[in-house]
Order: sequence, then C-alpha cells, then structure tokens
Amino acid sequence: MFAYIVRRLALMLVTLFGISVIIFVLLRIVPGNIVDILFDAAGFVDQADKANLERELGLDQPIFVQYVKWIGGLLQGDLGYSYVSEKPALQEILPRIPITAKLAALALLFSAAIGIPLGVISAVKQGTRLDYALRVVSLSGLSLPSFWLGLLILMASVAMFGTMPIFNPNPATWTEAFAIYAVPAMAVGFRSAALTMRITRSSMLEILRQDYIRTARAKGASEASVNYHHALKNAVLPVITVIGIEAAFLIGGLIVTETVFNIPGVARFLVEAIRWRDYPIVQNLVMLIALVVVVTNFTVDMLYAAIDPRIRYTD
Amino acid sequence: MRSVRALAAVAVSLLATSNVAALAAEPKKGGILKVYHRDSPASASIHEEATYSVNIPFMPIFNNLVIYKQDVAQNSMDSIVPDLAESWAWSDDRKTLSFKLRQGVKWHDGKPFTAADVKCTFDMLMGKSQQKFRKNPRKSWYNEVVDVTPKGDLEVAFNLNRPQPALLALLASGYTPVYPCHVSPGDMRTKPTGTGPFKFVEFKANESIKIARNPDYWKKGLPHLDGIEYTIITNRSTAILGFISGQFDMTFPTEVSIPLLKDVKTQAPKAVCVVEPVNVSTNIIVNSSSPPFDNLDIRRAMALALDRKAFVSILFEGQADIGGTMLPAPGGLWAMPKEMLETIPGYGPDVKANREEARKLMQKAGYGPEKRLAVKVATRNIAIYRDPAIILIDQLKDIYIDGELEVVETANWFSKVARKDYALGLNLTGNAVDDPDQSFFENYSCGSERNYTNYCNKEIEKLFDEQSAETDIAKRKKLVWEIDKKLQEDVARPIIYHSRMGSCWQPHVKGITIMVNSSYNGYRYEDVWMDR
Repeated sequence: MFAYIVRRLALMLVTLFGISVIIFVLLRIVPGNIVDILFDAAGFVDQADKANLERELGLDQPIFVQYVKWIGGLLQGDLGYSYVSEKPALQEILPRIPITAKLAALALLFSAAIGIPLGVISAVKQGTRLDYALRVVSLSGLSLPSFWLGLLILMASVAMFGTMPIFNPNPATWTEAFAIYAVPAMAVGFRSAALTMRITRSSMLEILRQDYIRTARAKGASEASVNYHHALKNAVLPVITVIGIEAAFLIGGLIVTETVFNIPGVARFLVEAIRWRDYPIVQNLVMLIALVVVVTNFTVDMLYAAIDPRIRYTD
Repeated sequence: MRSVRALAAVAVSLLATSNVAALAAEPKKGGILKVYHRDSPASASIHEEATYSVNIPFMPIFNNLVIYKQDVAQNSMDSIVPDLAESWAWSDDRKTLSFKLRQGVKWHDGKPFTAADVKCTFDMLMGKSQQKFRKNPRKSWYNEVVDVTPKGDLEVAFNLNRPQPALLALLASGYTPVYPCHVSPGDMRTKPTGTGPFKFVEFKANESIKIARNPDYWKKGLPHLDGIEYTIITNRSTAILGFISGQFDMTFPTEVSIPLLKDVKTQAPKAVCVVEPVNVSTNIIVNSSSPPFDNLDIRRAMALALDRKAFVSILFEGQADIGGTMLPAPGGLWAMPKEMLETIPGYGPDVKANREEARKLMQKAGYGPEKRLAVKVATRNIAIYRDPAIILIDQLKDIYIDGELEVVETANWFSKVARKDYALGLNLTGNAVDDPDQSFFENYSCGSERNYTNYCNKEIEKLFDEQSAETDIAKRKKLVWEIDKKLQEDVARPIIYHSRMGSCWQPHVKGITIMVNSSYNGYRYEDVWMDR
C-alpha cells in the first residue's frame, strides 16, 4: 500500500509537470498577448511602445527562458505579478479561492444530498409513477444549461421577492449569506445531482438483483436495512467515482454560474485572465486547478479502499 | 362662489406643490450611489485608456484645467467652464493659451497642486518627459502644442505652432484630467491620486471600484454623495435585473440597448430613462491600398449600396442617426445640413436607384451576376460589431459582392487592422469631443495611428488645418461640412450610422445629466445627490 501511494504521488508530480508545459505552450500559441489587448483597448498600435511594454513584461524573451523563470518562481512561492492589475498574482488569486471553494463544496453537497436519496428511491420504486417523475427530473437536470437555470432563478427571484441573491462580500444576515452561496450552488449542482441520481439508480438496480440481497430479505431484514445498509453501501462506489469526476468538471459549470450570479470567484477570474492573456494568473490558476483535480482523484482512489475492504492496492 | 373656491383650492395646491418642488430641489447630503459597471477596466489611468469604462468611474477623482459644464447636455465652447484654472486667455496672435490657476488646491495626499503638475501631465502626453505612459492613445491631440510653460506656481501657458481654438475643447474633455507630478504612471494605473470631489478607495479587478467623498474638496459643499460604488457585472441580463430589483441606483451610463430599455420600462416603470446619441459611429473600413478596393468605382458602388435606414430600424428600432463623420444634429454641433448630406452618393432616399447605379459601377469594374466579387468582411467578435456586419453582407449581395463574415477576437483586431490584413471591415469609432479637430486629425490625417485605412489626401489635410485655425465659427462650420462631404465621397471610411443608447436611474437619484454629443465627458458627479 505504501509503495502504491508513493508511486501515485510520483505520478502526480509528472502529471503536474506535463500540465505546466501544456498550459504554458498553449497560452503562447493562442494569437495575441496582453500587449496586443492593451493596445486594442486603446484603439491603436504604437509599435515602439508595444515593443517597450513587451520588454518590460519579459514577453520578448525565448519561451524556454520564460518557462524556467515561471517554474523557478513557482517553486520559491513567487507567482509573479498580474499583467493587468500589476498586483502580486498570489494576492489576486488567494481571496478568490474560498469563494469558489464554498460554492463548489455546496454544489457537491447538494449533488450528493439530493442525487443519492432520489436515486435510491427511484431504484426501489422502479416502474412506478414516482420513478418516472424522478427520471424526468434527472433528465431535465442533465439537459438544462446552468446559465439558463441561473438566469431563470434570478428572474423568478426579482419577480417574486423584488430582490435577487447578488454577491455581497459582507452579508448582513445569515439568510443573505445563505442565499448568496446556496442559490448559485443549487443552479450549478442541479446537473451533477441529476447525474448522481442516475448513476445511483442504475447501480442500485444492479445490486438489488444480487443473491445476497434476496438472502437478506429471506432472513427478515427490514426494507430500509436492505436498501440502505446492504444495497446502497455496495452501490455507492461508482457514485463516488462520478462525484469525484464531477468535482473536476464543476469548475466549468462554475465559470458560467459565477458570471450569471456575479460571484467574484476563481472560475470567472480565470476566464477574464484568459481574455486578457494575463499569463501569470492563468498559469498559476490552471496549475492550482490541476492540483485540485489530481488530489481529488487520488483521494477518491483512497476512499475506494476505505469503503470496500475487498479493494486493496498491493505493492 | 363655487368657482372662486375652486380657484383658491387650485392656488393652495399649486403653492403646496411648488413648496414640495423647492424642498425636493434642495440637494441632500450623504448616501452611496450604487452603479453597475459593464466590464473590468484595464487600469484606472484615464490618460492611458481609450474607453469610457475608465472615464466613468475615475473621472470624479480628478479635475481638468477647464471642463464642460456638467449640467449642460450639449458640449460646446459656450459650455466650457473653469476648473483647476480660474480663467484663461488667448494671446493676440492666438498662438498662446494662458491659464491662471486656482490657489490652495491640494492633491488627495495633501500635496499642493501647482503649475508644475500641469506641465508634467502635458509633457507626458506629448511624450517629452522622462516618465512615460505605457500607452498614450491621445498624443495626437497635442500635435500643435510646442510646449507648456509654467509661470510661477499659479500660471501656465500652452504655446502652439499655429492658432487652434479647439484646443480648449480638447482640454475640457473627461479624457484630459491633470495628473500629479509626484505620482508615477504605474501608481496612477492602480491607485490614482487627484484633486477631484472623490478619492480613490479601491479597485478590485472583475469585482468593484469604490470612491469616497473628498472632505477637503476645493469646491466647498461638494460633493453631495458620500461615495460611489461600481459593481462590475459583465453579464448584461444580471446587471439589468439588479437595477430592476433596486439593488443599483443607476445603470452603467449609455449602455442600455433599445430592446433592453423596453424591459426596464416595463418592469421598473418609475425608473427615469433617457436615450441619447453617444457620438460613436459604426463605419466601414476599406483597404484601399490593395485590390479589389483600390478601385474607386468599387468603393463608390459599395457606398451606394448602403441602406442606412434598414440598419437603424433593425438594430435600433429607428432610434439612431444617419450622418457623415460629424455627429448629426440636434445632438451634434458640426454635422452638415440634411439637404447637403442627401447629395452625397448613397445618402439619397431612393435606395433602389442608388443600387442600380452601384451595379453599373460594379459592371464597369468587371463584375456582374456571372462574376461576383467574393470578399471577407472582418469585424470584432462583439455583438455591436457582428450584427451590423451581417446586415452589411446582406446588402452587398445586391451589387454582386458576396461577403463572408470573418470574426476576429478582440485581442487580434487592431493588430490585424494595423497590418492592413483585411479587405473590408466593420468598425466602431468613438469621438470623445464633438469637434472636427479630434475627429478629422485622429481618423483621417496622413500617418495618424488611428487612421486605420491609411486614407491620405494632402488637399484635404490642408483643409483640416484651415478649419482648425479658423476662429469664426460660421466659417469653420462651412469648411467642416465641405471636408465631411469630401470624406464621404472619397469613401474614406463610410459612416453607416451614429448609435444612441439608453441610461436609467432610480427616481431618487438627482442631478444626472447625460451628455448628448459625447459619452466621455459627463461623469464628474459632484452635483449628484439622492433624495431619500
């Protein structure tokens, strides 16, 4: 097990190195850099001023030199300066992480809290009206884009309550704080809740047909015990995998949701940074996201072993 | 008797109403004005940017030497008032403009404002100082300024190559604040210091911009507001919903499109909304240095094919203006009369006849139904660029031109245009000052950085100088009309329309004036107050 963990950690480092190279090169392949955009915003191009600015930002250096400088700084905790705000990249990124983290955690919580129980109910009540209704809900969750759902929620909120949950860094009340995070989390989590529900349902249906479930029933175990103790415990493994993958995909959904709900999180910030070709922000943020994804996958693998004693990662 | 009583009642009620009105007109102190902002500006430095996304939040931090009176909607020479300058005077030969400066004005950091700050600002704008702006988009505004000379701490003179009465108009723009000598351009981009009614508090990219009342403002009793908060909301639907729900006191000025304005009026009927010209023209840029548009006949045919009314009715439900380079009346001061405009090819009301003539010109150039001209119509990947480009492509089909839309990401747009890597493009041109000097020299003079089409006509260039030096307004107007007509006939940069946009604010917001001939100059906001 120990050797497996070491191997996985080494693989994580290789993956992160690969990602760093890919993101660095890709960013520079995309036409236009920050200097082009700054002059574009000014409506003219002065070649001499442009060259000066490129020199000032180090963009005139060979790509390899730029990469070594970035990685060297990163290893020493120096993330560089944002080209746009001219503030340290770390100072720009750090305050935004908790906002997105809260949103992502709430969305995942919503996804699991809604998706798993409804998936179980749908499986247990297979073929009933309730099952059909829940399947329609899950299908709609998969097909409704989160930006559309988000806008619909905002419009309904304004029409019904005369206000809307727009971001406020210092919410006055507990309910305001809840609305600021919970409503967008529901909008973005609805899709993953639907996916979780469908996976839980199919996994449960498969397990419920197993011999040991029939045996449990024959021994007189209650329906609740059969469904939740015997069946769900074994059906939950693929669900965890999906939630793990969804955690990685969530960043995509959060970009849209943060834009619609005007939440100053990491996801929206990343899109803006890409638009401005703000390399220090994009590179470091993508590395951070990559790190989160790699660590999440690693954690999911470890969770497998914890949940299912039959799974053991041998040396 | 009954009628006497009725008259008395009317008199009493009128008196009461007038009292209420008088009370309501008395500005109240305090309150934070909440406005949503359409995007996150590149920096806080007005001199380095060329978008009103910067002017709107940061203009209240500064003062100019002179400024357009903020409660007069039409910018003109008559509406220019002293600001940091107490007075100004032209020399007899009209080649020196002197300003007497206000005494006792302090920068927000407590340092005194002097004539040296004026010199620093304009030396930097003219590219003469040690410290440089990263970008200097309006350097050409000061082409005729030889130098700026302080005379002691409280007087400064602008010495010119030749008379240029319009210099005063350029100095009155929201784009011309005075910067402090002792603050670096870098700091001005991130935490600007001014002498204005509001002090900079915070600029969080993609989040918000906050400014607060300057308690030591040299205009005693102003500003009325405690501060202004701009929340950056890039999603237009969210922003409008925020305004409708009352979370914002004001929309981003001149940013509400005509269809959205209808939504606002329906859902927030008490909101005060106005639609005004923004002095931004939508125009066609033609690469006349290479085939096929090096052929004047093809350029003229294209100009003749334009059905400008169709653009205006489709995109603005009729609420936009048709004109030449200068903003049309009544908002604009320099536009040629309608009768003169209609004599220009393509501006006449008979679109069918115009297109018939256009087809003849195309046939003369060797094109026809059997041999159509295929061109790419390049434009920026932004809706206000793309939408008219699509209509343009549709209209050009009638004269044997098959256009294909080429959308270019914003990052690459001006580089592409500067490289002349296009045949036909659709562009927007914003004019900060409704004055021919700004428009002609910036967009049409030989060698200007913003003359995207490289149009260069030495004869017209002489007329540019002639009108610029002319002190008689009536004579200057006639010259400007002739120049504008010639520019359209030469198909230098055919103007399709001048857009209008909406601005809305809640009824408790008072003292807002939306300028009718520039969307860059009216955001000092020292007179704005909230009645609640």
